[in-house]
Parts: sequence; structure tokens; C-alpha cells
Amino acid sequence: MAKYSLKINGKSRLVDVDPSTPVLWVLRDHLDLTGTKYGCGMAQCGACTIHLDGTAVRSCQLPVSAVGNQPLTTIEGLSAKGDHPVQKAWQEHDVAQCGYCQAGQIMSAASLLKVNPNPSDADIDTYMSGNICRCGTYVRIKEAIKSVARK
Amino acid sequence: MKTSQTTYNRRSFLKASLLSGGGMMLSVSWLANAKAADKLQALNLPQQWTQLNGYIQITPDNQIKLICPNPEFGQNVMTSLPMMIAEELDADWKNVVVEMGPHDNAKLGPQFSGGSNSVRMYWKPLREAGAAARQMLCEAAAQTWNVPVGEVTTKAGVLLHASGKSAKYGEMASKAATLPVPKGMKLKAPKDFTIVRNSKKNVEGLKVVTGKPLFGLDYRVDGMLIAMIQHPPAFGMKLKSFDATQALKMPGIRDVFSLKLYEDGFEQGGFDTRSFNDMVVVVGKTTWEVMNARKKLQLDWEPIGDTKDTMMGRGGKQEVVVPGELESTSAQLEKMAAWAKKPAKQLRKDGDPETAFKNAAQVIERTYNAPFLAHNCMEPMNFFAHVTDEKAVVAGPLQAPGWSEPTLSKLLNLPADKIEIQMTRMGGGFGRRAYCQYMYEAALISKRTKAPVKLIYTREDDMTYGIYRPMYTATYRAALDANKNLIAFHVKGGGIPEHPIHANRFPAGAVDNYLAEGWEIPTNITIGAFRAPRSNFNAAAEQSFLDEVAEAMGIDPIELRLELLKRAKDNPVGKNNEYDPDRYAGVLRLVRDKSGWNKPGNETYSRGVAAYFCHNSYAAHVVDMVSRDDQPYVERVFSAMDCGIVVNPDSAKNMVQGAVVDGIGNALYGSLTHKNGAAEQNNFHNYRLIRHNEAPKQIEVYFVDNDLDPTGLGEPPFPPVFGAVANALYKKEGKRFYNQPFQPDIKKRA
Ligand code: FES
Ligand code: FES
Repeated sequence: MAKYSLKINGKSRLVDVDPSTPVLWVLRDHLDLTGTKYGCGMAQCGACTIHLDGTAVRSCQLPVSAVGNQPLTTIEGLSAKGDHPVQKAWQEHDVAQCGYCQAGQIMSAASLLKVNPNPSDADIDTYMSGNICRCGTYVRIKEAIKSVARK
Repeated sequence: MKTSQTTYNRRSFLKASLLSGGGMMLSVSWLANAKAADKLQALNLPQQWTQLNGYIQITPDNQIKLICPNPEFGQNVMTSLPMMIAEELDADWKNVVVEMGPHDNAKLGPQFSGGSNSVRMYWKPLREAGAAARQMLCEAAAQTWNVPVGEVTTKAGVLLHASGKSAKYGEMASKAATLPVPKGMKLKAPKDFTIVRNSKKNVEGLKVVTGKPLFGLDYRVDGMLIAMIQHPPAFGMKLKSFDATQALKMPGIRDVFSLKLYEDGFEQGGFDTRSFNDMVVVVGKTTWEVMNARKKLQLDWEPIGDTKDTMMGRGGKQEVVVPGELESTSAQLEKMAAWAKKPAKQLRKDGDPETAFKNAAQVIERTYNAPFLAHNCMEPMNFFAHVTDEKAVVAGPLQAPGWSEPTLSKLLNLPADKIEIQMTRMGGGFGRRAYCQYMYEAALISKRTKAPVKLIYTREDDMTYGIYRPMYTATYRAALDANKNLIAFHVKGGGIPEHPIHANRFPAGAVDNYLAEGWEIPTNITIGAFRAPRSNFNAAAEQSFLDEVAEAMGIDPIELRLELLKRAKDNPVGKNNEYDPDRYAGVLRLVRDKSGWNKPGNETYSRGVAAYFCHNSYAAHVVDMVSRDDQPYVERVFSAMDCGIVVNPDSAKNMVQGAVVDGIGNALYGSLTHKNGAAEQNNFHNYRLIRHNEAPKQIEVYFVDNDLDPTGLGEPPFPPVFGAVANALYKKEGKRFYNQPFQPDIKKRA
């Protein structure tokens, strides 16, 4: 066990966990931040996507010991009231079906739009293909991303 | 055409009750018996709401709370079902809050999500509940204002009288609740709908995009432990021995033990599919600790041999022998090919197919195959349980609490009224969560551990547990006469462990000489309903076959179907034809029109068409393929649906789009194979799911506009996608694809 002070969603959070513990489980089991989802545990589905220092990463593959001082943002901290442009677009396009993958989709999309404010279809495909949606909401996700880009 | 009768409608009655805190409750009581009738009070509703039951709660400050009876798995029932109540209640949708109901079949009806049934089975009772509540509010206003009730009108949650008097529903609610419940309410004509047929956003949309704890996996209580199970590594294996010494030394671990799901001879319910009876359970403080300790288990397994399940099905008690063989896919395919040649059970016969085939000028015969599929719900199976000597609280994702409660009650030796099942939002269902052994496992673990426990399946546990879509095969034969008329049709289908044939579906009824046969091979690999069971294979095979028949006849594939449907309408062959030829033809015409079928301007695409009827609705798709990097992709899809009245149109479109993507993905990539009883795929690196770059860029969805009572939509659009993809692939690749998934055969072409 080891103590870590993590910067999560603008707050400092203290945890005492095994250094190998993936950030996914630190969030879910120790910090009660369950918005970040478990889907595969092997970087295949993107359900666990969060931002590490502003960039999308798969939290199931990120040991807590590797975080250091880098700030983490989860879906709960993406905006204060769910009003990040991507979150708003997701609601306008009523993207979700079951909704389980959508936190990861939104975190990936927010990160994509930050580095590429006007992505093409191919850019979106490349960036987002690590995020599986079993319900098949891909068409709406693409529309929602493009609607943010247009604004 | 056959119309469906929901028998529980007739037995249901309306009942209002007063809330001591003010406000009004109204419910449709579904069944005459009052099983677990007062569970609600004891559970999660505030004390001041005495005698609560039903779907509608109105507070004095005019908040309207509508209760969704059915669990949500992405089909958006939490929005569409309350819309139906609000329509007749004449509520202001802006003031409506929706809450998932508790499990109480006596008060809230069947409460199962599956079979594309939610909207269909609740269409009448929920509107009746809304209409009766509205009438009582009108009566309360009439008495208060001393005017005839016929002069009181409503508008969006406000009661009005020509004299200028008005009151919000909330002001009249407690008086209304003291009034007798009106019977035989006249319901609105579709032309008067103001909420139904108007798209409403997902009521949980904001919660979803802000990561609120909605799902079973998010459920937690103080002091909750995490449990994982090591099941046998292969079908046909059981536990011989285990050594937990190392695992118990790992940090955070509370206990390791073995359990049996069912004792020998336990009477399983119809949905108690059990893949593995033996479990080695690791219980600890956190998920990661439990995952790590589990790797330290020393486990020894052995073949189980033939076993017996005691099933309590609709046909009464039945002993089912489960073969002990450690099965492999290659051997299963050989077995299926051999069985396909044996005589099979006749399912339907019209005319004299034998003679017709003998006299045919041309016979076309093709065989289609499909593998097991895993549901792969995005949220792996999990359940919370807290079981004590007095009661059990369980919470998690499940499609049909009422189907699992009797077994849970038997396993825990607790009466049903001491069991509370909470339905969380499900991260997908697709049929998988109708089979709730993971809930039983969680409950048994909690009972043994004497603590609140959350059982979590890893993705690997989830994918290798079974309850798969069965393996299917079917051989189709068509007989043409010298003038290229279709004179006979024969389908012989089989599967492991069930055959796929719906004998009374199209083209039955449209061909003079028709024969349908089925055969089945038992297995120890467990299967379950998978989005449109059987249809999901049938549509693929039959709709590809019809494409080939049309080609041999030299006729357009849509035209062939329309001609057959005309025959089925004008002069139907045989009895019990399940479909309505007009509605079937309707979706074909609509998709032909919207896709510009055979019209110039679509030359860049390889186009395939297919249509199907299942779960009381009709679907047709035109799939347009292109090549990118020398690989075929579905670029564009046109879908036409007839599901009667569309309650929530935008959300209905979403579901059709999802079904299209799901169909393309499974047709091209889906496959679960076995070697010596063990699944060969266990996570998304070796089980391929469709991804962003493989999904169509555009899916246009159109609904036939009619005023028929609504039918389901979760399943019907799914099956014909497979056939449309196969037919488009033929155009693209110049050869036919008979074996799902298609992708490996596309690869082989080079
Ligand atoms: S859970 Fe991390 S990528 Fe799937
Ligand atoms: S919305 Fe269900 S997995 Fe994406």
C-alpha cells in the first residue's frame, strides 16, 4: 500500500492503495466516482476514458503510481453542470441508448475536439474507434461531435 | 391478420388511494391476487405516502411523478412509457419527473423488458391510468367549483372552467384521491395526441452525460464487499479441488470459498439457465484486490460427465439430460452437417412439395450457417445483494425481476414479500439479462458472507459464461417451373441446441407447395434469447436466399417479395400465417421509395435489400456498400418500419439505427467458438465488435404512418440487416456469402 495525493476534477484527493491499482478502480472503489466505467480492463473498449493532463487515456491501463502531479479529469468533472459543449450536444442529439459507454465516448470526443476543433469523418473515426458502443449509437455520436465543431 | 390480445388488460382494475401527505395515487392493479401487495410501503418511498401504489403521484405543488414499471436497458422505456400516461393525464411534460418503479408485479404489471413488448403491453393500461386520474381531477374540480363535471376541461396540468375558474392539478389532487375510480374511460383518438408522437428527450439524458451512478455496477452501500467468481474454465467441467492459501494472504481479502448454485434436484424456473454450477468465490474489499487474489487460486477441474437439470417449465416438471462432452466448434459443424441429412420434424406442410420439386424445371438449394454469439452487454453482469435471516435486498441489472424472484425465494428460503429487487439502469441487455443466475450467485454469496456484497463479472467471465445465441444452420430449396415461376419452397433448419425455424412466417402462405422442418442437437453450452431469437438467423438466411431466387427468376428482389405478398393476401395458402401481407409490403414499398431503389444516382453503391416480420412489427432495409482500402463497408442505410403508432419518434429512430449497426457488426464479425468446451474468445481483442470506423455514415429511418396500436421496436429492425448486408456484399464482391460472420470469407478472397 502507498499513499497518493491525486488532483482529480480540481480537487486534491488522498488515497492509500497498492501502487499497481489502475486509476479506474481508484476512482470507482476508493473515491466514489463511478461515472468512469469498466468495460474490458484491457484498453479495448474505451468505457474507462478519462483525461490525464487534458488528454484522453484509458484509466484501466493507468496505474495510480504513474499519475504523479498530472491532473485527472473524469466525466463528473468535465463541467460543473453538465454543460460542456460535448455534453450539451449529446443531449441535443439524444445520443444515449443504454448510456453505459457514453461517459467514455464523451471524454474521448472532448479530447478530440480540443486537439482538432474541426475534425473530418475520418478524423473522428480514427480518434473514436477505441470507444465501443454496443448499442450502436455511432451515427449520433458523429453528428453530435460535428455539431460542436460547427459552433 | 392476427391481433394480439393482452389478457391481463381484462383482468386489471383501477384503484385510487389517498396519500396521507396530500396528493393522489392511482394504479392499475394487474392481477386479482395481491401478491406482495404492501411491499412498496415498506421500501424506498417516503413515509407520508401511505397506501402508495401505481403509476401517478401528484404533489400539492403540482409536481407530477410518473412511475416507469419496466426496467430500462437502452430502449428508452423510462421516457416512452411515462409519455403514454402523461398523454391521457393531460400533464405538462415539463412538470413530469420519472422514477423507476419498485418490483411489484401485482401493482405494476408484468415488468419485463424483452420480446419488444414494453410499449405494446402497457399501451392500454398506462393510458387508462392516466385518463382515470384526469377524470378524477375533473370531478374534484367540479365539486369544488359546484359546476357540472362535463364543463371542466384540462390543459397541460391545469383544470379550467368557462367561468374563468382554474386550478393546478396539485391543488385538486388530494380531493381527487377520495373519489371513486371511473371505469371504462374513453381514450383519446390518435389525432388528439399532444405528447405521444412528439419526440421527447431521454429523461435520464443529463444523468447519463454527467456520469451519475445509474447502473448496477455503480450501486454501493457502506461496508459493501466485492465478490468475484471463478467458474469452471469449460462447459462440461466441474470443480475437483482448490487451494486458497495464497489467495487468502493477498491484501484486502476476506474469504475464499466454494459454492454450488443449485443443489442436486433443485427445481429450476424456465429462465434459470445455469452454465456452471460450481463456483470458487473470492470476497474482498475492493475490485482490484479481488482480481489479484483470484489469480493466486490453485484450481483443479475435472470432467463432469452427463448431468441432469430439473426444469419447471410451462409444460410442468421436466428432467433434462445435459451431455458431458467437451465440445469444439469444428466437431459441432461436422455434426450439424450430418444431422442436416437426417429426417427432421415436420413443422408445416402445404400442398405437395415432394411432387413439385420432382417436376421442377430448376431447383435452387443453398445452405446457411451461423455461430454462437455472445451478447456482450457493455456493462458486464453484476449484482448487489444483502441477505440476512429476515430479508434480502438485491439490486442490479435484470430484464425480468418477476421471472427470477421465485427461484431467489427458494434459494434463500425467504418468502417473496421479504425480498426486494431493485432494478438499476442496465448497460445493455439484448436478452442476456433475462437469465439472472448472477443475481442468485450474489445473493448466495451475501448470505454466506453475512455482508452486503457486489458480485462483479469481469469481461472475460461475462463472455465465457454462455447463454449465447445458438448455432444455427438452414438449407433452403426453391423449385421453379419452366416459366420461372416459384412453385415450391422448402426450408430445413437445425441448430445447437434449437432450430431457428418460424414455420408460419413469410414466404409460408405465399407458395402453393411449402415444407418447413426442424431438428435440434443437445449441448452443454448454454443458450439464451438474443435480440430477436431465431429471427436473427432466419432473416439472414431466408432473405439472402430470396435474393438468389429473384436473380434466378430474372426479377427484381423487391418485386418478387411484393408479388409473393400479393399472393399471400389475395389467396393465402394454408392457415396460421403470422404476418399481415399489406403491412409487410408497406415497408418494402416505403424503403424502395426512400432509397431510390433502381433509380439513377446510386451507382457508387452496392445495394442489398431485405425485409422481415417479427415481434409484431415490420422492417425493411436497403444497405449501401462501398470499398475503402479494398474492404467493403456499409456506408449508408435506409430503413422502413411499421410498428403502428410511434410513441417517441426520435428515440424510436435511435433504436432502429442501433439495431442496424448491431446487425452489420454481428453479420460481419460476430462469432464465439469453442475448443474442448472452452470459449475461444474472452474479451474485445479477440471478439470483434463493430466500431466507429466500421459503422455507416448515414442511417435514414422512416416509419409507416398509421394509427394502429403500437408494437415493439427493439428487435424487429435487427434480423433483416443480416440479409441486406449479405445481399449487398454479393453485389460488391460478386459472390454469395453463406456463413456468418462474413468478414473472414471477405478476407480469403485475396
Ligand atoms: S475498460 Fe478500459 S478500455 Fe475497456
Ligand atoms: S449506449 Fe449502450 S453501449 Fe453505448
